[in-house]
Amino acid sequence: MSHDLVQELFIPFFANDLLNCLDDSAVIPPQAQRIAFTTDAYVVKPLFFPGGDIGRLAICGTVNDLAMAGARPIGLSASFILEEGLSLEDLKRVVVSMKQAAQEAGIQVVAGDTKVVEHGAAQGLYITTSGLGIIPEGVAIGGARAEPGDAIIVSGPLGDHEIAVLMARGEFSLQGGIESDCAPLNGLVEAMVAASQTIHCLRDPTRGGMATVLWEIANASRVGVMVEEEKIPIRAEVKAVCDLLGFDPYYLANEGRLIAFVPEGEAKMVLRAMQTHPLGREATVIGRVVAEHPGKVLLKTPIGGHRLLEPLSGEQFPRIC
Amino acid sequence: MCLGIPGKIVSIAATGLAEVDFSGVHREVSLMLCPEVEVGDYVLVHVGFAIQRLDHQEALETLKLFDEFLEGSDESS
Amino acid sequence: MNPHKRHDEGKLASLLIKEITALADHPVRLMEVCGTHTIAIFRSGIKSLLADSIELISGPGCPVCVTPTGEMDRAISLSQRPEVILTTFGDLMRVPGSSSSFQQERTTGSAIRVILSPLDAVQIAQENPDKTVVFFAVGFETTSPAIAAAVQEARRRGLANFHLLSSQRLVPPALKALLSSRKAAIDGFILPGHVSVIIGRLPYLFVADEFGIPGVITGFEPLDILEGIYMLMRQKKEGRAAIEIQYSRAVKEEGNERARAVMEEVFVPADACWRGLGTIPESGLMLREEFAALDAARVFDLPYVEAGEPAGCLCSEVLQGLRRPPDCPLFGKRCTPVDPIGACMVSTEGSCAAYYKYGGVA
Repeated sequence: MSHDLVQELFIPFFANDLLNCLDDSAVIPPQAQRIAFTTDAYVVKPLFFPGGDIGRLAICGTVNDLAMAGARPIGLSASFILEEGLSLEDLKRVVVSMKQAAQEAGIQVVAGDTKVVEHGAAQGLYITTSGLGIIPEGVAIGGARAEPGDAIIVSGPLGDHEIAVLMARGEFSLQGGIESDCAPLNGLVEAMVAASQTIHCLRDPTRGGMATVLWEIANASRVGVMVEEEKIPIRAEVKAVCDLLGFDPYYLANEGRLIAFVPEGEAKMVLRAMQTHPLGREATVIGRVVAEHPGKVLLKTPIGGHRLLEPLSGEQFPRIC
Repeated sequence: MCLGIPGKIVSIAATGLAEVDFSGVHREVSLMLCPEVEVGDYVLVHVGFAIQRLDHQEALETLKLFDEFLEGSDESS
Repeated sequence: MNPHKRHDEGKLASLLIKEITALADHPVRLMEVCGTHTIAIFRSGIKSLLADSIELISGPGCPVCVTPTGEMDRAISLSQRPEVILTTFGDLMRVPGSSSSFQQERTTGSAIRVILSPLDAVQIAQENPDKTVVFFAVGFETTSPAIAAAVQEARRRGLANFHLLSSQRLVPPALKALLSSRKAAIDGFILPGHVSVIIGRLPYLFVADEFGIPGVITGFEPLDILEGIYMLMRQKKEGRAAIEIQYSRAVKEEGNERARAVMEEVFVPADACWRGLGTIPESGLMLREEFAALDAARVFDLPYVEAGEPAGCLCSEVLQGLRRPPDCPLFGKRCTPVDPIGACMVSTEGSCAAYYKYGGVA
């Protein structure tokens, strides 16, 4: 079955010179600059949800990991674990979506593998990926680089992805039009880096959400972070679902948003570059880095008070109380 | 105790279940504990049940009191 | 979502804080009875704005805090049976039993489902006729009418596989127990807005009339809480002790009579054990005799072993406002948010947990 799948499905959709060789390894030409390398696994349920699917997630997630290092993605590998009985229709749908996402990102899938496991073992489909990227000369982006005075910018409304997936699971009988924000961010990052060579940190708030990312950077850089609740964009429907389930929106996963730490003097230019890009139209400054309370993230509330934002520990469960 | 979220009744079925709108998100809510509500009413929803009709008049009263409070402070400052 | 939200929330809040601060010329201890208030107070940032002289204590109205280890153990052991699907509200997933939790059990294959509504448990029973579905019902008067309605629905549908394991509690008896020790150092109560939607104002009268302590039934928006605190401080200033309603858009004097009627058709008061407070007479709910076939406690052989708090745990005194978290010998050492022992640390925003987290931030 594996060989047929590769021939009938993967080659036509992912056709490129490297993959078409069908050698055991893709051979990549020598590179002059630093290489970024990442790996990830995708086990989302359900496989399909408004705004995306496991395939789109796999491409975008990997591309975004590279982009957050300031790297230009050059190649991806995708390994599929298929549950026996997964419909060919569903698999095709996933592959088509991956091709679409890869095209949006301008990236190639250069290596692949498939394995079939017995019924009940993989809940339909699991995908693991690895990604390679090249970091241009002069780009130095990392979690320990934040400095007091940095502006903190978010590229769009938070929480759409996790809420879309939750609602698609149908466990809580909620109906609404929320779609996942799943998207490849490398184009947006390129536009930002073109506007400023001194961006300090980039992170995509996936599992654990904005709060966890801010906490991680505050600790890696030994700085304090202050953000304002009224400035953090969250769609009304996402907020309504959070209210109904007792969730804190700042811990929700996003798959097409980024948070940037930018020196004060560069913030305006970077923001403008973001707002000109289709994935950054709603970009906005949400706070700043401060020298006080290093390692801690404070959220200023609409009534002028503040509270601590801690990193996510464990899952958020819906609560009634 | 507990999370009670205000929502607007969009429709009521013969079964005693209502469709309630929360800022664009819809959920089915039981009216077993609050049978006398009507479409268009705001209700407080807890664990999938409407537990009280929100009194619009009272809410306006509270808002009015707040306004007076603000006026009082503006005058004295 | 708040249909009555004001655009000048910040301005109003500042004004209320100013008025409250002006009235806070001496130390005052206010108890927010309800766990939802504790979380709302934290999320709104109110604690960071209140004068130091106002101390907020988290009370026993928090199912995460007060469900005793023995009751968690009983529910956990039920969930381990292969024929059982245990349904619960998400709040209970991480509450520690003696040696496990629902969350832990789920990873080893126990069928445990988080539900948002008691009717979901009825639906699960209908969809799984070959399984025994047990709803571990935890909550206060806000939730009990809904639980009662679900029991009635299960009966209406003739679902023999639906069972209830009741761990419900009532607020006024807990307040009475708290105050009856006559040692309590609480100057005012922020009373639970949503419990009061059901029970109204009258069940709290004894707090003011017998014990001379003011109480204000308060909503959960930041402005509601600030207004509630302001009303309490005003009463103290004027030397009054009364039960007032701040949350008038949702709380009527007589509460929700229909909801109470449904509750009374299904449940009767029974003695209940509260973590940190011990056994309080008639402070819980159990199924009436005619629903005995649905009562998991009667149908299954479920030995109840009360673990008891370890020596040194001061939750009982912290809950009464007599001691503060750092006074407890276990605080920060054997008892931490990651590894909680007592009721006050189990909830992420309980008195001890909050103290632990916020020390060091101005």
